[in-house]
Amino acid sequence: MNPIISISKLTKTYASGLQALKAVDLEIRVGEIFALLGPNGAGKTTLISTVCGIVTPSSGTVSVGGHDIARDFRAARRLIGLVPQELHTDMFETVWSTVAFSRGLFGLAPDAAHLERVLRDLSLWERRKDRIMHLSGGMKRRVLIAKALAHEPRVLFLDEPTAGVDVELRQDMWALVRRLRETGVTVILTTHYIEEAEEMADRIGVINHGELIVVEEKARLMRQLGQKQLIVHLQDPMTEVPPALAEWKLSLGAQGTELEFTFNSAEDDDARIPRLLRRMHELGIGFRDLQTRQSSLEDIFVSLVRRPRVQPAAARAQA
Amino acid sequence: MSAALPPSGFNARGVAAIYRFEMARFLRTLWQSLATPVLTTALYLLVFGAAIGSRMSQIDGVSYGAFIVPGLIMLTILTESLNNASFGIYMPKFTGTIYEILSAPVSAFEIVLGYVGAAATKSVVLGLVILATASLLVPIEIRHPLPMLAFLVLVSVSFSLFGFILGVWANSFERLQFVPMLIITPLTFLGGAFYSIDMLPGEWRTVSLFNPVFYLISGFRWTFHGTAEVGVWISLATTLLFALVCLALVAWIFRTGYRLKS
Repeated sequence: MNPIISISKLTKTYASGLQALKAVDLEIRVGEIFALLGPNGAGKTTLISTVCGIVTPSSGTVSVGGHDIARDFRAARRLIGLVPQELHTDMFETVWSTVAFSRGLFGLAPDAAHLERVLRDLSLWERRKDRIMHLSGGMKRRVLIAKALAHEPRVLFLDEPTAGVDVELRQDMWALVRRLRETGVTVILTTHYIEEAEEMADRIGVINHGELIVVEEKARLMRQLGQKQLIVHLQDPMTEVPPALAEWKLSLGAQGTELEFTFNSAEDDDARIPRLLRRMHELGIGFRDLQTRQSSLEDIFVSLVRRPRVQPAAARAQA
Repeated sequence: MSAALPPSGFNARGVAAIYRFEMARFLRTLWQSLATPVLTTALYLLVFGAAIGSRMSQIDGVSYGAFIVPGLIMLTILTESLNNASFGIYMPKFTGTIYEILSAPVSAFEIVLGYVGAAATKSVVLGLVILATASLLVPIEIRHPLPMLAFLVLVSVSFSLFGFILGVWANSFERLQFVPMLIITPLTFLGGAFYSIDMLPGEWRTVSLFNPVFYLISGFRWTFHGTAEVGVWISLATTLLFALVCLALVAWIFRTGYRLKS
């Protein structure tokens, strides 16, 4: 299936000289939920803003639904809904008029039934006659989502959708994203909250210093990069790891009452744990309990963005 | 969710959305929008027309009160066009809501049409309201009604375009006020809104000829009284030239993304 978004060699250098995107290549599949992770200033918002037409790329191409965002901007932009990170709203407008405005702006005929559905979905219907200035921060964010959905987009960009929102709204938002996906809408979200990506995404991209470090299926990413730990709670404490267990590179914890075995679930031989337990049995080391722990996406993310950056050749030569 | 996408091409609904949004802002503050210029015009006519004008002779065969009406309308049209159009595009930049305009399937031409069209509409309405107010206070004869209307529209559009440029350029409210207050108002006063430059000493008359606003007032006055300080075609050409310069600047703004896109 053709990707809904194709990004090729996308580069953005701001007037200040800051290179926010460095030859980014990315394809987004139809109907997936794609989470873009990255620390502050990594280039997440620049990437989204470029696809949406707010930032002019320095070089590279982007197409949405097969339409080039520069040559065929109308067709490309009609497919996209954008929910920005900041709460940019027209304070004096009512909820209804602002969503009706958004629909018209995108060139669609008025459709009160659709707008009602969107507002009801976002629990905004009762507030439709209220001016936006009278709404809480969470409600304003819902209004921004309603505006983005007013023109029935096929791709929805959510830039930090749950930054600073309460638990209830976050849950509502996740439910909405899932409902949208069921109707075939592709969702791309940027987030700081790893749990959000872990909970929602089909695929994950990690961006840092303007470069996409990794793009992978969430499950595979966690399998590939996920460290697992086996913790053996010993019956009798020990002072050092027996030399006979050196092969497993174990460490001792909790005053010698726990043996920890760290392994990579993708690379290591599955038989290593049974062998370890057999060997312990042979050595007469008894244990009360076993516990395993898989590293979270957060651990993976931290290890990825902390990786030393590869210095360009020129910089190395100067150094 | 599926929407029958309209064919590519002119996004009339997008233009209408921007136009309606801007007009709604005008209608929300209709009372202030109309009351201020009407009151100001009435005061000018009262002070200049009745109090001072009664001591002045006729100018070009027209009473002083009637003579200053075209200049008064221009004074309001120029400042209101600038204010409305600059505010219209400055506010979305200031509040950040411009993201939606920039990411929507509307072309630069359509964005300008929406904002400038609304600002010019307000100016034309204001101009006609001031004319109506003035006609209650002084006897007014309009020799060339259709050219008068055309001139009103042309000047409103030109200065709304100029206002749009100011709104894009401004990065603070002070800058937004700078040009209308410190440049346009003095130029209008010195451009013969309240006098004929024929009344000025020779060297000041020459200086006035370098004031572009003088040509606008002169041309507009011709549509009322049939006489003007300079030929009406010169006035028309100056106005058109100004409109073209503004259009070129707007085209440049959108081509480069100046202060709109990064």
